[in-house]
Amino acid sequence: MKILVCIKQVPDMESKFKIDSENKWYDSADLAWRMNEYDEYGVEQAVRLKEQVKDADLTVLCIGPDKVKETMKKALAMGCDRGVHLVDDAISAKDPFTVASIIAEFARDKDFQYIFTGMQSQDRGSAQVGVLVAEMLSLPCITTIVDFEYTEGKVTTRRELEGGVKAVVSVSGPAVFTCQLGLNTPRYPTLPNIMKAKKKELLSIPVEEIVQVENKLQTEKIAYPEKKGTGLILEGDAGELADQLISILKEKTGVLA
Amino acid sequence: MKALLIAEYKDGEILGSYAELIGFAGRLGAESAMFLVGNKDNLPQYDGRLYLADVASCGEFDPDGHKQLLLETIEKENPDVIVFSHSSYGWDLAPRIAFAVGAAQVSEVVEIVDGNYIVPACNAKLQRTVKSGTEKCVITLQAGAFSLPDDPTGTPEVIEMNCSPAARVEFSGYEQAEQGGVDLSKSEIIVSAGRGIGKPENVTLIADLAEALGGDYGASRPVVDSEWVEHNRQVGTTGQSVAPKLYMACGISGAIQHLAGMKKSDFIVAINTDKDAPIGEVADVLVVADLKQFVPLLTEKIKSL
Ligand SMILES: Cc1cc2nc3c(=O)[nH]c(=O)nc-3n(C[C@H](O)[C@H](O)[C@H](O)COP(=O)(O)OP(=O)(O)OC[C@H]3O[C@@H](n4cnc5c(N)ncnc54)[C@H](O)[C@@H]3O)c2cc1C
Repeated sequence: MKILVCIKQVPDMESKFKIDSENKWYDSADLAWRMNEYDEYGVEQAVRLKEQVKDADLTVLCIGPDKVKETMKKALAMGCDRGVHLVDDAISAKDPFTVASIIAEFARDKDFQYIFTGMQSQDRGSAQVGVLVAEMLSLPCITTIVDFEYTEGKVTTRRELEGGVKAVVSVSGPAVFTCQLGLNTPRYPTLPNIMKAKKKELLSIPVEEIVQVENKLQTEKIAYPEKKGTGLILEGDAGELADQLISILKEKTGVLA
Repeated sequence: MKALLIAEYKDGEILGSYAELIGFAGRLGAESAMFLVGNKDNLPQYDGRLYLADVASCGEFDPDGHKQLLLETIEKENPDVIVFSHSSYGWDLAPRIAFAVGAAQVSEVVEIVDGNYIVPACNAKLQRTVKSGTEKCVITLQAGAFSLPDDPTGTPEVIEMNCSPAARVEFSGYEQAEQGGVDLSKSEIIVSAGRGIGKPENVTLIADLAEALGGDYGASRPVVDSEWVEHNRQVGTTGQSVAPKLYMACGISGAIQHLAGMKKSDFIVAINTDKDAPIGEVADVLVVADLKQFVPLLTEKIKSL
């Protein structure tokens, strides 16, 4: 069984974001980078599936500049067998259609039985790439899964809907799954596995060799949202802050009165 | 300008979010038609053409089948913009339609300015202005961004559609959230733990403060997903909606899905190390502090009042 999991490298969302010189996206200097949270669930699920079926080959794919290899190494240390790095320094300027076209073109004719992606990335939040990959490859796709069970060629999933409701959906044969928070508990790579990962194949292919398509969307500009918050901001010594907060609560709410 | 609005039906009922689609068409000044896989006995209040397929024969979840119906509708209406809610139904179906008609998709639209769409990025710390490069455009709307002040009115002109279920995937029913346990919707004071608590042991800091205030404690999703706190304490779109007198968000960034569950609270206090955290947009008071230090101190002081 051949399995593909697609990951993205994203900045830590607690970062202070600076706008880049072209006013189109955030400046990528001085940020701490990590694996997109939703993709971590995808990697974990793919590794679990591989462990379950035993005879499987698991590829992790990531598009981006050289630094994405760091994130790919984590996926390899979690248990992926090989990495495919599609080298692209301009990835941040590409829209979901273009990103999906690259992945689909790479995956075409490679006979992946299952493809996992995150339901969205933490920085763009478009929630399109996984579904587009499936459409481009004419595969069925189950989105926002929070549960995945494989038995004899059939996969039963739970899709998360609003209000805590889940839909039970199953599929037989090749399919794409987009992974939602809480699907599983991603493992921490152990030291021996980190060492082993260093020896695993990590192939780099220039993205131009895969496919060239045009974006369907243009970013006109990027800005900080206008601060509408009219609340009070308290800063300083913790003890004094606690006293201040207590008097505010007494004055403004029925609490502590 | 012509808009096709995609209403949703779930578990036997049409969802009220269709009103926001109407609100959006109004903002665009667009002529609109609506599409629904639903039921004749449960129609939207809408003054326009409604393309209706019967859910009993089409299935509530059959992406291929619904896509086919939508493509037929798009062919008849030839809309410039195809509008979904940014919801589990919308983000499942919108990219399929965008691909099929060769359109760009803009997700989670919160505003339109000069024909361009505004969408949040990086947990709403940034805002992008994007422009569609294709003639048709598919968009999904952030919940609440285009609400109407009053309920919509009107009786739709129904155009019935027949489907042929495609079903490459098999939908076998719903599972409801676990019942029982804590019902936070009745709590007057809620102190919630976010990922900023750092480790499971720190849940007690939050629980102690809640107890000192005579309230209950809740949590954001990552805390629940990590199994530090049980699911029925989760606040947000996929958890509980609450409206207490006092909501204290400790180490919670303020993602839209969390805000959706708590922004109706009377008074909101946020405790966060990041002064720019989006929770500041809804908080009455933002205390910029490390909760591990601040929360126990506050609890002590409250206990000794
Ligand atoms: C379909 C869908 C449904 C969802 N449903 C829900 C839902 O129902 N409820 C929900 O909550 N989320 C939901 N989410 C997830 C949501 O998008 C966010 O990921 C989540 O709310 C983030 O939780 P958080 O604020 O606790 O963590 P983070 O976003 O990681 O924020 C942690 C915050 O803690 C602060 N912090 C860190 N350390 C400290 C410290 N020592 N002291 C003080 N502050 C500190 C940081 O500055 C940061 O602001 C959903 C997502 C999706 C896609």
